[in-house]
Amino acid sequence: MMAQSCRIPNGGRVAHDAPASFTFDGKSYQGLKGDTLASALLANGVHLVGRSFKYHRPRGIFAAGAEEPNALVGLREGARAEPNSLATTIELYDGLIAKSQNNWPSLQFDVSEVNNLFQRFFSAGFYYKTFIGPFEKSWMWYEHIIRKAAGMGEASTEPDPDHYEKVYKFCDVLVVGSGPAGLAAALAAGRAGARVLLAEQDTELGGSLLSAPKGSSSDQWLSATIGELEKLQNVEIMTRTFTWGAYDHGNYTLLEKVADHKPQPDEHEVRQRSIVVQTGRVVVATGALERPIPFGNNDRPGIMLAGAARTYVNRYGVLPGKTAVVFTNNDSAYEAALDLKSAGIDVTIVDARAKAPDELSTACASASIEVMSGHAVVGANGRMRVTSADVARFDTKSGVSGDVVRQIPCDLICVSGGWNPVVHLSSQRGRKPEFDATLAAFLPGEAPDNQHHAGAMVGTFSDAAAASSGFEAGAEAAQEAGASKSSSTLSTEGLSDAGWEMPLVPVWDVKPGEQVKKRKRFVDFQHDVGVSDVELAHTEGYVSVEHLKRYTTLGMAADQGKTSNITGLALMAELTGKTIPETGTTTFRPPYNPVSFGAISGQETGLHFRPLRRTPLHEWNLKNGAEMINVGAWQRAWYYPKGGEDVNAAYIRETEEVRKTCGMVDVTTLGKIEVQGPDAAEFLNRVYVNGWKLLKPGRARYGVMLRDDGLVFDDGTTSRLSDTHYFMTTTTAEAGPVMAHLEWLLQCCWTDLKVHVTSVTDQYAGIAVAGPNSRALLQEVFADIDFSNEEFPFMGVRETEYQGMPVRVFRISFSGELAYEVATPSGFGEAIWQAIYDAGQSHGLCLYGTEALGALRIEKGHFAGNEIDGRTSIEDLGLAKMPSTKKQFVGSVMRQREGIQDENRPRYVGLEPVNPEERLRGGALIHPHNGPHAGHGLGHVSSTTYSPALGRFIGLGFVEGGLDRYEGQLVDACYPLKGWVVTCKVVSPHFYDPKGEKQNG
Amino acid sequence: MRITCPCCGERDYGEFAIYGDASRQRPHMDDTDFETWYDYVYTRPNPKGRHVEFWQHIQGCRQWLVVERDTVTHEVYGVSLARDVVTLPEPPKAQAGGAE
Repeated sequence: MMAQSCRIPNGGRVAHDAPASFTFDGKSYQGLKGDTLASALLANGVHLVGRSFKYHRPRGIFAAGAEEPNALVGLREGARAEPNSLATTIELYDGLIAKSQNNWPSLQFDVSEVNNLFQRFFSAGFYYKTFIGPFEKSWMWYEHIIRKAAGMGEASTEPDPDHYEKVYKFCDVLVVGSGPAGLAAALAAGRAGARVLLAEQDTELGGSLLSAPKGSSSDQWLSATIGELEKLQNVEIMTRTFTWGAYDHGNYTLLEKVADHKPQPDEHEVRQRSIVVQTGRVVVATGALERPIPFGNNDRPGIMLAGAARTYVNRYGVLPGKTAVVFTNNDSAYEAALDLKSAGIDVTIVDARAKAPDELSTACASASIEVMSGHAVVGANGRMRVTSADVARFDTKSGVSGDVVRQIPCDLICVSGGWNPVVHLSSQRGRKPEFDATLAAFLPGEAPDNQHHAGAMVGTFSDAAAASSGFEAGAEAAQEAGASKSSSTLSTEGLSDAGWEMPLVPVWDVKPGEQVKKRKRFVDFQHDVGVSDVELAHTEGYVSVEHLKRYTTLGMAADQGKTSNITGLALMAELTGKTIPETGTTTFRPPYNPVSFGAISGQETGLHFRPLRRTPLHEWNLKNGAEMINVGAWQRAWYYPKGGEDVNAAYIRETEEVRKTCGMVDVTTLGKIEVQGPDAAEFLNRVYVNGWKLLKPGRARYGVMLRDDGLVFDDGTTSRLSDTHYFMTTTTAEAGPVMAHLEWLLQCCWTDLKVHVTSVTDQYAGIAVAGPNSRALLQEVFADIDFSNEEFPFMGVRETEYQGMPVRVFRISFSGELAYEVATPSGFGEAIWQAIYDAGQSHGLCLYGTEALGALRIEKGHFAGNEIDGRTSIEDLGLAKMPSTKKQFVGSVMRQREGIQDENRPRYVGLEPVNPEERLRGGALIHPHNGPHAGHGLGHVSSTTYSPALGRFIGLGFVEGGLDRYEGQLVDACYPLKGWVVTCKVVSPHFYDPKGEKQNG
Repeated sequence: MRITCPCCGERDYGEFAIYGDASRQRPHMDDTDFETWYDYVYTRPNPKGRHVEFWQHIQGCRQWLVVERDTVTHEVYGVSLARDVVTLPEPPKAQAGGAE
């Protein structure tokens, strides 16, 4: 274990009495509670933490927060390994394990750094240029090498062991950010009585105030303000929570990192929580991010943002170096320089402006800080850590440096190119940011929808002014959200009101003079995009910033260009000779920070991905050995194996037994809809293609419904229970859509019809009993009903009771056998099923599942969901004679279209493999016999089964022109993925009992 | 987005299903004119700005609603029960041809 060589004794806001051990690349270190991984590494003198994405250049810690572009590490191990974690936002905990990424074989010696020597080949548009045209095929060869060389960290291949959740919250005022502006806003809104949610991405409240030296006067303001907020019952404070998306109507998305600061979540604790907040008003106080200035080798470890260096010294008690050069174009870096100096770091300020600010220069002189105005850092020396800075005369107008006048030995270069307000949440709402020439930064512009803007995000940089603007925004937001007007005032005592003495002079690039060594100047560190790439894109004719972004990939990495976007577009503006406002910005879109997939899916994984629907007979089926299968959201009995049968053996036996004696199957999943009212008959007459007005009570009828465009929508039987009461059934798959369709017709189209529809799918259990013995069996169970063919003919309906339980019996058949369906309220389902099952034992009753159900219907030639696939017309399905010619119905006009009536459309047929042992595959394409086996073919195979009744494999499908053209002829069913070809004869789809003597008998 | 259902109050739009354009008049059931139906089924305005649409509160009262909404800003100008605002078509005048 190494000592923390760069820790300031008792310095910063970290807990010196609470050490935490961690390992980085297998080496053990010690940090303190309150550290981030980045500050703990710096405390141990570790700057080199990773290799860059494309050139594998050594990279260090550049920032101190969410804007970090370089310090991406792999966090944790095994199933909890998380790549691309920001060292600057990972809270240190005892036992933390992290490793560097993107290097092989080691961080110190990375073979791929040779990419750096070939960087002219990896310039902007590398992929486009290399792998199109004559070299397209070479991608296959290069791919594996490039995949190894490029890319970010490695994700775990194990399932995520942690839990996540998604919750909804409501508030009057959401305050995003807890710097002086955010805290004051929450205070104003809280005092006014509004329900306030204060969301802070950091572990502590305070924002920029936490970067002030410990014991500063602002600390008292901070603790007093937090103290008051914590006492307000109507203010909820959430730390470790970043706001990543702003959506319509005040909808915001937040991510709470509940347990990321622990080795693993506590028992039953979620790792992260995704929060959707419905807000009344929102105060955006997201502050500003410092931006770098590109200069030669500006990506070397030991180079960081000036504000970040200040944060490491003041908040974390860490010395990021011994000798620092602070390169700036604005006043803010002087504050950092003075704080670094107080902490014992030797500092030289290099100010690009011709003249340094007077007061700050005086302060620097008395602190023995040398200020070189009118100069710039043109290059950094040193590879794994900066060793010196080349300083040259610099004219901000030409942007080109003179010769190097001094090489200043240093182990830290701090850079500040100005501050970019965090306008993301405003931009996400569609508001174009507006350029402010004085600050050389984009401000959010007029606040969109329910937003109020305050603090540094609107360019108000002094702490006191930021707090005042926050307080005003908070009071206004609360009032607009309906809270009372508050007359309270804000004390800003202790907050600095020092603004900038002298304006910033924009510096977007330090072009090296003729005699200066040419080195790569980076704009986007994470994607290795340099000034030269922007120049190349311009040379090649890219003008729009949106194109620039996509061609160079500037701003497209995980940090979404937080430190690079504005610099990139300013460079583009310079090259095209346009102003920055003319060039414009790219649009910010959610998320602000990366959000894990786990948090987005929340609880909706595995069994909870969607609701599982079970029938009332589910438990009975399980107890009686059913193998289950998922059918949409439903679980259905697939087959009931006997003595080690597999599915094929079981369904063939079940099918045979149904045809020989009888069987019963759970058909609860069919959609069921009660249709009631005086106009119910008229309604059905319009919905179905066939006539319904003559159907008598006690009778059922098969119906087909079309969509408005004339294609088939669904089918099923509907029974008339009384003059004004019908019971409709739909297919399992379309139960929901049919219900919505009927409701739409009644509520939006035919408001004059007096009809009410109610879905009763879940309210009724359905049991089908099929086979020659079904009549005798049901007669025994429901003795009140006369089951004789004369009294209870095919398509008859009877209602009765069984031991006080109401039962509806329908004589309908899906199998082609003599068959009945029994419906009873769900709660009675198991009792009725058991009664039929018990009585069935003396009638040879078998249980059958969906596999046998399918085999039976295919033998009979009944079409189902495979055939009604949304593309078939009623003629395609062989029911040309079914639509009534005496009435209009939904789809009756549109179905007359030429394309739908075309006789050469693929039409419904049966298929028999020439070799009866040969199995057909659903989805196979049908081609002419002996070819050509190319193109879309003549049609396709939709359903297949082994037919015990025929002793062979059979199939259903569609062939151009149908039976009229192909009956008796041979076609080839082709399965090109496997190279299978099965020659079949085209036959009638009604394989079994085509005249229906069995079901009618 | 938030939609204020006349039955259930203000709700998240995730509770609703959108069906689409509500500005077209559905032809009368006895209207057999092909062009009229073609127009109704396939020709739809796709305005930038104000638009009336059918929505169903599928996870609530299941009522069909007519929502007037801005397709750019998603601002909702009004929500009504469809049954209260849709109009019934005039019966067709005597037509020649068309469907049987």
